[in-house]
Amino acid sequence: MSKYTKRFDGRKFDETRKIKIELDIIPNADGSALFAFGDTIAMAAVYGPKQLHPQHMQNPSKGILRVKYDMMSFSVTERKKPGPNRRGMEISKVSEWALADIVDLDSFPNTVVDVHIMIPQANASTRVAGLNAAVLALARAGVPMKEMAAAVSIGKMDKTLVVDVIKEEEDYEEGEGATDIAFCFGSRSKKVLLTQLDGKISPAELKEAMKLGEQACSKIYEMLKDALKKGVEK
Amino acid sequence: MNEEERVEEKREERVLVVPGESIVSGEDYLPGDWTKREGKDIVSNRYGLAEKSGRLVKIIPLSGIYMPRAGNVVIGTVTDVTFNGWIMDINAPYSGFLPLSETPRFINKEEIQSFIDIGEIVVAKVDAVKGKGVDLTIKIRGLGKKEDGMLVKVNHSKVPRIIGREGSMINLIKQETGCDIIVGQNGLVWIKGNSVDEELFAKKSIEEITRRSFVAGLTEQMEKWFKENKGK
Amino acid sequence: METSEITKKRIADFLKEGKRFDGRKLLEYRNLSIELGVSNKAEGSARVKLGKTDVMVGVKMDVMEPYRDSPNEGVLSAGAELTQMASERVESGPPGFDAIEVGRLMDRGVRESHFIDFEKLCIKEGEKVWTVMIDFYSVNDDGSLIDAASIGAVAALMNAKMPKYDEKKEVVEFGEWTTKKLPLSKSVPVTMTFYKIGSKIVLDPTREEEDASTAKLTLTLVEEDGKKSINASQKGNEAGLTMKEMEEIFDIAEKEYDNLLAKFEKAYSEAEKAKD
Repeated sequence: MSKYTKRFDGRKFDETRKIKIELDIIPNADGSALFAFGDTIAMAAVYGPKQLHPQHMQNPSKGILRVKYDMMSFSVTERKKPGPNRRGMEISKVSEWALADIVDLDSFPNTVVDVHIMIPQANASTRVAGLNAAVLALARAGVPMKEMAAAVSIGKMDKTLVVDVIKEEEDYEEGEGATDIAFCFGSRSKKVLLTQLDGKISPAELKEAMKLGEQACSKIYEMLKDALKKGVEK
Repeated sequence: MNEEERVEEKREERVLVVPGESIVSGEDYLPGDWTKREGKDIVSNRYGLAEKSGRLVKIIPLSGIYMPRAGNVVIGTVTDVTFNGWIMDINAPYSGFLPLSETPRFINKEEIQSFIDIGEIVVAKVDAVKGKGVDLTIKIRGLGKKEDGMLVKVNHSKVPRIIGREGSMINLIKQETGCDIIVGQNGLVWIKGNSVDEELFAKKSIEEITRRSFVAGLTEQMEKWFKENKGK
Repeated sequence: METSEITKKRIADFLKEGKRFDGRKLLEYRNLSIELGVSNKAEGSARVKLGKTDVMVGVKMDVMEPYRDSPNEGVLSAGAELTQMASERVESGPPGFDAIEVGRLMDRGVRESHFIDFEKLCIKEGEKVWTVMIDFYSVNDDGSLIDAASIGAVAALMNAKMPKYDEKKEVVEFGEWTTKKLPLSKSVPVTMTFYKIGSKIVLDPTREEEDASTAKLTLTLVEEDGKKSINASQKGNEAGLTMKEMEEIFDIAEKEYDNLLAKFEKAYSEAEKAKD
């Protein structure tokens, strides 16, 4: 019997926090969006495809994707010193790998598409919120994509699997403690484009977590699609 | 059926799709612009309007960077001068290159910078689109450097609305504002009037058109707008 | 995209006839809106929109040792990041001078106007004082970042609540707040940056208008007991300003202070109502 029987905020185990989506929040960008899981808010802006300088970084067979993720200093309870840090660079890279798999820049050799993700308010699950915002912004920017993607965090608190982890759950220490897992799935291919994990989980439980993640991402994808279909006026 | 009704009818056949969405299923269909066949399905590779013309399925993008096509008139800014021509920012993924050989009169190498300098505006035509850049020409009448006037930037997808069918909208704007106007397919519009008020009026009307671009009967609406706003 | 030379010239031409592209008067600020508490992890935060310019400013606090020459005063630091999200002109890498300028002017405005009562931020003289850290991020850059930053800093400070401090353990309990506000002066500092375009002076330029400007002068003013004083100034960009232009600006500043302060107070009170 798991010690985590009721979630801190009363949600069902497979329920995400309230999702908020806003499109075109940054007029200067070619595409932009805001995506929030409850009080974890992510903003994303996309610029490109555009010429890439310096020349030696260009890829003559297709365009490249660059992703930068950062948190605002006041987005967390203990201030994050402004400027790049290792965690931010890692999240930038894994997000870049995830999104590079779904964009199709074959028709844009020698160009770059820049994706900038910023977090103004954080309550765990920031990298997955950032990915969802980025997917919306890329679509809005008219960047060709093979498919869309959706991301979510799955947690294991003692032996209980939950969808969309909050900070309190991340800090859970009873029983087997907290395991925090991030997943990003392709909307059509259902391929895993991003996954990271911290904690302690058996292979069988991880398979369960992955299934739970895929189901949650399907639902999130439907919301992303709806938002894009409603927000036609630009 | 007038122009607006025809546009309206066509619009009904179009469905807004997102990347990765299946547009139609069936072996008969052919994948057109921004679509791909995946098994039985024709799948969208772009956020836009899916359109079926017979067996061909394609996507009309609603957004995205301007893609230069041969024959397009574009307006750009010179960013660099080389020994044999000018490099221009044409608001596209690739810069444009105007070679010395494509000027209306012979320009020798010493005159290059005095003929067109960095930061100046040029109205040019796209000759060819290559992997790394776009070749431009200003040999035709009406093209060339613009030394006066101002530039307004719009989303390039709104350009067809600003020009209108057979130029009906752009002619309306020129008539009502008294301005000289050139619309670049790349979303840059050059305006020159006889007074500040004329130019401001033209700029405002273009911004109004881009705001209402999804509406049917836009030309009639703008005729009304011009009457209501003239002299304000 | 950079603003073309012909458009810059046109902006200056229009100004000679007292006209701006968006129909504003030369000294008129765009529509100002403020949202408070935009980050619930910040001690105080505000999102400021000035026309299409959109910025976020947050206040975080901590307890540290005071500076040796002011053992009974709290500490202030402020910084700005011009994000790549807000404009494609921003290059990756450490903050460029543009960002440093916004940060320093935002700092000076708050510091020199004595808006924060630093002595009230002293916990134990010579040992423990509160430090106030103000951070600015641009969300969409359509000009006037300095003024937007200053409005955001004041709003975030006014919105801020002191964190809980454990006197025994001598640590801040981050994430837990008191209902106590920051010790602030009733006199709100107002920062205005005047831009010279051609031969005219404007306030609150759009990005295009800033591109067309040749010089700027930032002034921070505060009114106390019916008297206005200038607490900070900085002239920026390459062109010079004549003494006549400077005097003109000082005169305008005294008058426009009232307008901008009224605009700020209206936007701030609307923001407070919206929060409840």
